[in-house]
Amino acid sequence: MRQPLLALLAKEPAHGYELKQALETIFGSAYPSPNIGQIYVTLGRLEKDGYVRSVDVEQANRPNKKVYYITAAGLEALQTWVEEPTEGPRVRDEFFMKLVLAPMTGLSDRMALVNRQRRHYLALMRDLRELAERTDPANRVALLLIEGAMLHLQADLDWLERCQEELP
Amino acid sequence: MSGEAPVVRAVNLVKIYQTGGVPVPAVRGVDLTVEAGEFVAIMGPSGSGKSTLIHMLGGLDSRTSGEIWLDGTRADTLSESAWAVLRREKIGFVFQFFNLVANMTVADNVELPALLGGASPRQARERREYLLGELGLADRAEASPAQLSGGEQQRVALARALANHPRLLLADEPTGNLDSRNTRDVLRLLGQVHRQGQTIVMVTHDARVASMADRVVSLLDGQIADDGAIPRVRRRGGGSAGDVVELHG
Ligand SMILES: Nc1ncnc2c1ncn2[C@@H]1O[C@H](COP(=O)(O)OP(=O)(O)OP(=O)(O)O)[C@@H](O)[C@H]1O
Ligand SMILES: [Mg+2]
Repeated sequence: MRQPLLALLAKEPAHGYELKQALETIFGSAYPSPNIGQIYVTLGRLEKDGYVRSVDVEQANRPNKKVYYITAAGLEALQTWVEEPTEGPRVRDEFFMKLVLAPMTGLSDRMALVNRQRRHYLALMRDLRELAERTDPANRVALLLIEGAMLHLQADLDWLERCQEELP
Repeated sequence: MSGEAPVVRAVNLVKIYQTGGVPVPAVRGVDLTVEAGEFVAIMGPSGSGKSTLIHMLGGLDSRTSGEIWLDGTRADTLSESAWAVLRREKIGFVFQFFNLVANMTVADNVELPALLGGASPRQARERREYLLGELGLADRAEASPAQLSGGEQQRVALARALANHPRLLLADEPTGNLDSRNTRDVLRLLGQVHRQGQTIVMVTHDARVASMADRVVSLLDGQIADDGAIPRVRRRGGGSAGDVVELHG
């Protein structure tokens, strides 16, 4: 959340609500919409770290509104973020823990776990497929996010198959 | 449930290949029933017997033991020529490695099964135009198979299998060579024919394809490890795209 807000503020100063709207416009429905509270908390922290500053702007008949702008330190932090390679996903799969540990306890056998999980992944895949069909074809960002989720799911299924083959 | 016989019924189906003296058990006692209009996906690791099973169901490979019933009629005891007739009348088959007729155009490859099945030349042409159009191949109709990419040949093979409105579509990895966009065309066509009542048994590694099915059968070492419906997921937030990231985070 920090870096996307910094990136938006590097474009132009804005107040909290404008930032929320900008995120929604750019990512469409494909990214969990941040709540306004989260945005203000993050802005507060960025301000404390010296990455943004705010000015009070008077409004007729309304309380003042705080407009945020990025500082030199903020721009530098943003630059670093953009330039550093992004961490790849790490396998930290809860299902894998179940698969390795549950049979030791006698609570479930591996075959049943794998089969249930496969059906669940396929159900998620169907859900994503239907989501893609409902999504406006012009919303490339949303469709690419959905496709990314599908490719991850395919990898999970392939891995599941490997687990089934290799674990006794 | 109607009293209609299932389109496919396999009972304790076994295939043991005998090559070079070493018997290879490829399918080891499979029971499978597919009702009219059902779409069944067959998944499983490489070598688990998927192709062998689907070839047997289409009469392209002989069984070692067990029974195959198609549309209520015993089929495993048929001669090769009787199988050929049955296939022509009832089965569309998509091979893992295409098998198009090399010296015929794409259009003729697709029209042939319809013509053999008794369709008029005009019906065959219209069906061919529809199928190739849906698969984004309308402009390749006059090409010969050798002039097509692997993915294009694969889509032609699917069009050919559907040309005759078969009672049963058997397909072995029909999207194995396709990129995302072409797979989307194939998915759309499969969705259409399935909604029109097409019975489908399909081997696939592709989870997008498998997720179109009503039921998934998982093979492991020539046996069925799992056979059941794909459940509905219950999603928080009413199913907008909003939780894609969360969904998989
Ligand atoms: N003609 C054959 N002669 C001998 N063995 C064979 C023959 N065809 C297949 N097999 C063996 O039977 C087993 C099952 O093969 P099959 O082709 O059915 O697997 P599959 O599940 O379709 O695999 P893939 O996902 O790689 O296509 C394998 O061990 C394979 O080596
Ligand atoms: Mg195969």
